[in-house]
Amino acid sequence: MEYTSVLIQFLNGLASASSLFLVAAGLSLIFGVTRVVNFAHGSLYMLGMYMAVWLSERIGFWLAVPMAAAIVGLLGAVVEMVLLRKIYQAPELLQLLATFALLLVIKDAALWVWGAEDLLGPRAPGFAGTVQIADGALPQYDLLLIALGPLVLVVLHFMLAKTRWGILIRAATQDREMAGALGVNQRWLFTGVFALGALLAGLGGALQIPREPANLSIDLSVISDAFVVVVVGGLGSIPGAFLAALLIAQAKTFCIALGYSKATLVVEFMVMAAVLVIRPWGLLGRVPANLRGPAAVPLPFHPPSPRMLRIFAVLSGALVLLPLASDAYALVLLTDILIFALFATSLHFILGPAGLYSFGHAAYFGLGAYAAGIFSLQGKFPMELALALAPLAAGLAALVFGWFCVRLSGVYSAMLTLAFAQIAWSAAFQWDALTGGSNGIVGVWPAPWLASKTAYYYLTLLLCAGAIIFLWRAIFSPFGYALRAARDAPLRAEASGIAVRSMQWAAFTIAGLTAGIAGALYAFSKGSISPEAMGVQRSVDGLVMVMLGGLQTLSGPLWGAALFTWLQDAAARNIDYWRAATGAVILALVLLWPNGLGSFLQSKK
Amino acid sequence: MGVLMVSNLAKAFGGVQAVAGVSFCVAAGEMLAMIGPNGAGKTTCFNMLNGQLAPDAGAIEMQGQSLLGKTPREICRAGVGRTFQITATFASMSVRENVQIALLSHARRLGSLLAAMENKFLKEANELLDQVGLRAQAGRPCAELAYADLKRVELAVALASRPRLLLMDEPSAGMAAAERHAMIQLAAQLARASKIAVLFTEHDMEVVFQYADRVIVLCEGALIAQGTPDEVRADARVRRVYLGELSEPTGDA
Repeated sequence: MEYTSVLIQFLNGLASASSLFLVAAGLSLIFGVTRVVNFAHGSLYMLGMYMAVWLSERIGFWLAVPMAAAIVGLLGAVVEMVLLRKIYQAPELLQLLATFALLLVIKDAALWVWGAEDLLGPRAPGFAGTVQIADGALPQYDLLLIALGPLVLVVLHFMLAKTRWGILIRAATQDREMAGALGVNQRWLFTGVFALGALLAGLGGALQIPREPANLSIDLSVISDAFVVVVVGGLGSIPGAFLAALLIAQAKTFCIALGYSKATLVVEFMVMAAVLVIRPWGLLGRVPANLRGPAAVPLPFHPPSPRMLRIFAVLSGALVLLPLASDAYALVLLTDILIFALFATSLHFILGPAGLYSFGHAAYFGLGAYAAGIFSLQGKFPMELALALAPLAAGLAALVFGWFCVRLSGVYSAMLTLAFAQIAWSAAFQWDALTGGSNGIVGVWPAPWLASKTAYYYLTLLLCAGAIIFLWRAIFSPFGYALRAARDAPLRAEASGIAVRSMQWAAFTIAGLTAGIAGALYAFSKGSISPEAMGVQRSVDGLVMVMLGGLQTLSGPLWGAALFTWLQDAAARNIDYWRAATGAVILALVLLWPNGLGSFLQSKK
Repeated sequence: MGVLMVSNLAKAFGGVQAVAGVSFCVAAGEMLAMIGPNGAGKTTCFNMLNGQLAPDAGAIEMQGQSLLGKTPREICRAGVGRTFQITATFASMSVRENVQIALLSHARRLGSLLAAMENKFLKEANELLDQVGLRAQAGRPCAELAYADLKRVELAVALASRPRLLLMDEPSAGMAAAERHAMIQLAAQLARASKIAVLFTEHDMEVVFQYADRVIVLCEGALIAQGTPDEVRADARVRRVYLGELSEPTGDA
């Protein structure tokens, strides 16, 4: 590459970094003060984009940008007052779930208002041309963005360092209880910070419209990028976010410039991996002073009682006999339920006993499905062999990703799992040659002897029941108890010789592998795989199934999966905005029982 | 000879010399109390011994094996058990399961995924619970236990690793006087019976002088006195350090 094009690419990277920095800075600020990781932050960015496109047709670009940012900031304030205030004291997992639900609601709201088509934004008047740099050209608008990032950094820095409000924010970030004891009005401080964070995200989105059309998938790609940025820069550090945004944007831009646009995800992953190995809390991050443990005392698991075992025996008998009495449609639904019961149980395994939050468990389900398709169609493996090998591929991915996830804890780990899932999803989406891109893979059919719905149902029953029983046994094995020991009191566990991280790593891998079994079975039952198989929606589905059934119960995931899959089958076709409906249900449950659905369900028993 | 040999241990935080060249040893079956006013460097010392802090200088040897640079897990494997100042137990398990998992960890049998834990090391777990007097509560969830009983669970969990040295940072913090005596007496009894070396910190001087075989005194990071309880009590420097600290002289033994 010539010197000039290197320079231009570098400037291009700087421009991309600015938007990324605005989002990440808002995320970091909000987390610092409220200790809530806002999964819907990318959605605020997306809203900023749509709002700015819509407004600029009416009031012109230059008025539309600040107006869009202000509206998103205002919306942030409303969200804080209506939703977040109710859940500051709730367990961490529920807080994450609530903001996640918000993401779903906002996505469908945008779909409803602006439609599914991408919305092209206007050029910025006065900055529509290019600047000649030696013999290359750079959009003038990029120069503006390049200047804006550092400007916002300086303004934020000044505000935090010099203004009374900024000092209060810093005080609350360092010691929330103390700041409260000193008479800081926390309610308005929190609302203000959330509004400011939302405004920054909205501004980032609004400023992006001359460069990129507003679209409905931007929320997830932005939030996973922002997660990577704050994890690399150090959660809570604004300069860290700036540095990390630069680093990642540059790495990606150069990848595209060198003609490896498919490698951007890999590069992003490598940058993050390298930083996390050297500095686990990020470039400028510090070891969090008081990471919260589980908010409530986790309930003990009990091995199935004799009564429960009898119920399971009857249930198994019924499941074996059912094909005799049911039609093909019911059989397909039952097959789905079995597959998702295994998926939910594998997620429960790491969420419950291991206490690891995963917001990207669908990655392993999807990898299992894709591996099955690729092995059988492109590898020309017999179906049985493909089915046996596919879970290993998912397990291998879990082995690699899990190594990073278990090094961090709580919300940090949750952000990483989502980022990894998004990376896996994008890989499936982009890698046309291998995965068929957005069309996916079609024609993944089982071997002739399994071709009938009944035969395939029995295969699914056998494998899913086997894997679920394996996972349940593991919970009551020495390994499972060691996991719980590591969750309950990590230091005590280490001081008793338990290798906490290795145990969690193994659990993560096992969960990935078993989710891979579910995924492979899914691929052969549907005959096709599309990127949705590993999309975020599926990860959320898994979480909802587990929460519905109760996190601290053994068989909860089964009932949750059955109920959810049946509901989805019955309602999804009749409800246009299924995503928003799921989100609304999650929000309602979280607001009504902020101390955990599991506890509610248990008290009802 | 000594189970634990500590020589010239030092640690500074910024400009503050928290521990400045402390040397001592603990023999098998011996109860060694570490005392000193607040800020004397006791907790820093403990955290270096159990691997949570890296010393700036000095040596820590456990039966001839250096513990420097080892993780808490490796230190456990080297034969050091510990209890925490803020009681740490596995809250989602029963009392017996707490001990069982520690026994399984000691036997390096945590890799098993298929066998149920229920009946593993049952006899050994019951024996340990007998020793700390919790056999009757073996099946209760830890989350339900009274504070003093949780301390006993933790002691049983620490003993399950079959330590040669037991580190107890304020084992009786937050207890009433009678419970305090019972706790230290229990530790002393078990240590002597199984020839375990015990190093503990304690604020209650009455307890220290009644149950410790030897006492070391830290002040501003330095070791200012050591010896039998009687010798330490008679030491002029200790009296000077403690006169401002204790409202009443420790006269009864």
